[in-house]
Amino acid sequence: MDQTRNILYFVGIAALIIITGMVQSWNSALLILNMGLISAVMALGVNLQWGFAGLFNVGVMGFVALGGLAAVLVSTDPVSEAWNAGGLRILFALAVGVGIIGATIIAYRRITATRPRVIAMVTILGLGFFLYRALLDPAVQAVEAVNPALQGNLGGLDLPIILAWPVGGLFAAGAAWIIGKAALGLRSDYLAIATLGISEIIIAILKNEDWLARGVKNVIGLDRPVPKEIDLQESAEFIERASGLGLDPVTASALFVKLNYALLFSVVLIILLIMAQLSLKSPWGRMMRAIRDNETAAAAMGKNVTNRHLQIFILGSAICGIAGAMMTTLDGQLTPGSYQPLRFTFLIWVMVIVGGSGNNFGAVLGGFLIWFLWVQVEPMSQYLVTLLTAGMAEDNAVRLHMMESVAYMRLLTMGLVLLLVLRFSPRGLIPEK
Amino acid sequence: MDFINGLVVLMNFVLIPATAYGAQLALGALGVTLIYGILRFSNFAHGDTMAFGTMITVLVTWWLQSMGISFGPLPTALLALPFGIAATATLLLLTDRGVYQFYRTQKAKPVILVIVSMGVMFVMNGVVRIIIGVDDQRFSDGERFIFAVREFKAATGLREGMALKTTQGITVITALIVVIALFWFLNKTRTGKSMRAYADNEDLALLSGINPERVVAVTWIIVAALATIAGVLYGLDKSFKPFTYFQLLLPIFASAIVGGLGSPLGAIAGGFVVAYSEVTITYAWKKVLKYWMPEALEPSTLMQLLSTEYKFAVSFMILIVVLLFKPTGLFKGKAY
Repeated sequence: MDQTRNILYFVGIAALIIITGMVQSWNSALLILNMGLISAVMALGVNLQWGFAGLFNVGVMGFVALGGLAAVLVSTDPVSEAWNAGGLRILFALAVGVGIIGATIIAYRRITATRPRVIAMVTILGLGFFLYRALLDPAVQAVEAVNPALQGNLGGLDLPIILAWPVGGLFAAGAAWIIGKAALGLRSDYLAIATLGISEIIIAILKNEDWLARGVKNVIGLDRPVPKEIDLQESAEFIERASGLGLDPVTASALFVKLNYALLFSVVLIILLIMAQLSLKSPWGRMMRAIRDNETAAAAMGKNVTNRHLQIFILGSAICGIAGAMMTTLDGQLTPGSYQPLRFTFLIWVMVIVGGSGNNFGAVLGGFLIWFLWVQVEPMSQYLVTLLTAGMAEDNAVRLHMMESVAYMRLLTMGLVLLLVLRFSPRGLIPEK
Repeated sequence: MDFINGLVVLMNFVLIPATAYGAQLALGALGVTLIYGILRFSNFAHGDTMAFGTMITVLVTWWLQSMGISFGPLPTALLALPFGIAATATLLLLTDRGVYQFYRTQKAKPVILVIVSMGVMFVMNGVVRIIIGVDDQRFSDGERFIFAVREFKAATGLREGMALKTTQGITVITALIVVIALFWFLNKTRTGKSMRAYADNEDLALLSGINPERVVAVTWIIVAALATIAGVLYGLDKSFKPFTYFQLLLPIFASAIVGGLGSPLGAIAGGFVVAYSEVTITYAWKKVLKYWMPEALEPSTLMQLLSTEYKFAVSFMILIVVLLFKPTGLFKGKAY
């Protein structure tokens, strides 16, 4: 019974996308599908943290952005001039920075008396900071001076961009380890604020450290794991096949490329989904839920609650990082200015809650459904406004204002959807078993 | 003389702006901390509540201006403020009726309420953007300065100047009045006392015949007033842009947690701690040190610890330090 209902949900989503293809265009249908797949991966990650373990992570945006950074650092060509100018010096300065923090931690652990401890820590951090800046600043200036209009950064490793996906996961996992060490074990609200903060900081770093990924000057034209449209349009074989299907080469190439992406993303989603399902049903998954439902009891059974939380926090964040790298690959560019918490953190939360927290299929369903709504609410309300204001003059102030505000209808809609689901179906569309 | 010149620079670029900013954060943090104390959840919609209140005030200000009404040398927005507060209070009370009350009677876990407040945040975000758009709106009028740099230089004969903007003066004075009124209310009136009793021990408060719904309603009204005043003061001082208000959530929460969630006194202290550290760490000290250091040691760089874009990092660092070493905050909040 439940099984049929769940299958019907997914059939419904497929139908929605197909209808989009028939009514609007197949191009936008595939766009929704691709971003839906990525959103589903993100939702899986958040569901791992919230649904399995009850961890309240509102820093999804930061982990997604780290994935995007990985895409740049892995796939772009290295800028050898910049490396000569100061690449190694930057790395050295960063290593010194890590060393300073390490020294502070050692001081904290070794010195037990309060006052000497505080004095030692403040001294190490204070002097260390100036040393770090003295090493870093000239190197950064030298690097950013190299061909600033096009480069000004160190570039990447010139590896296939698909490698960036696991690397993005690793980046996010690293950040999650740091934040988890500091904030896990505190109240859930505190973890929320801490993650919100770290995500803002990651975005600030991406925006300002031009040597890393050009900051707000953006990196465009990233490599692609799939063929380029322009190459397809020039290949005789492809044109022939396209005309065999009754399509002109331009449309056919756009569709073909997006289908390739969809295939790649589906593979990732399916692998992650299988892994998440297996872990949910494993003793590990049961332990996680036991911890979520009663931490004290689980601790009494000898489970190390803080370590398990750290573990699942890192895993979930890593999945968000993978999704972020996939998204940047799909976009073909990294634009740090476009990362907004409403879109990349809170929307993912809506997906998980609406889909059904604690259920992997629910998260995936929520990812597709909410992404579909996020994209389609705007044209829908545009249509509605046009209907409502049909009697008004073209330049009527009310009509113009309503037309302008259509773009923000989706925020309102997402909020309403979240509130309604929380109120009337708090366990989501596909509840946890 | 050099020392005084340095001090003037410090006042002008650090102390005065940071005090105004601190007062705004303190008012915001007071709202967060009150909700935390009485309703027992972290309200993620607080930034957008501030944005909503400010938006109403801006709209009423424009209307008053178009009617030719002004407040003399003071900004017209102060006249519009009561309207903003009333509208926000209505909105919050309706939200409570329609949304939060259900979970309260269910005795839902606090974290569920936090997620609910995320939904409210989305809705308010949408409403504000639909009504006023996403652009920067300036709505301050009246005198710009209490005293300007030129007047200050003429009066004192110093090389460096100092200005005090009307909005900065108003911010500090208003914040002072609001805080005094709030503490008087919480400590001296019957309703205020029942609020504190409810915050301390819900069951005991219920047992002594305190009407919880009344306490909650009063809290929302006070929060509406605090949020609107904080938002309007911030908007007068800088400018009104919905997204900035959403971003204020982080320093506001940092202030509330640093002070100790649930402690009103802590919220005020936290607001100033966060504001002063944010401004001092992102300020380029060269201009001050030029006067204070012997010539031989004059700094060659800007002496800016972090660029201004990293100001969120500052509130975050303070937050982490407090969470690690003193999770209850400076003023023993009730959290943890």
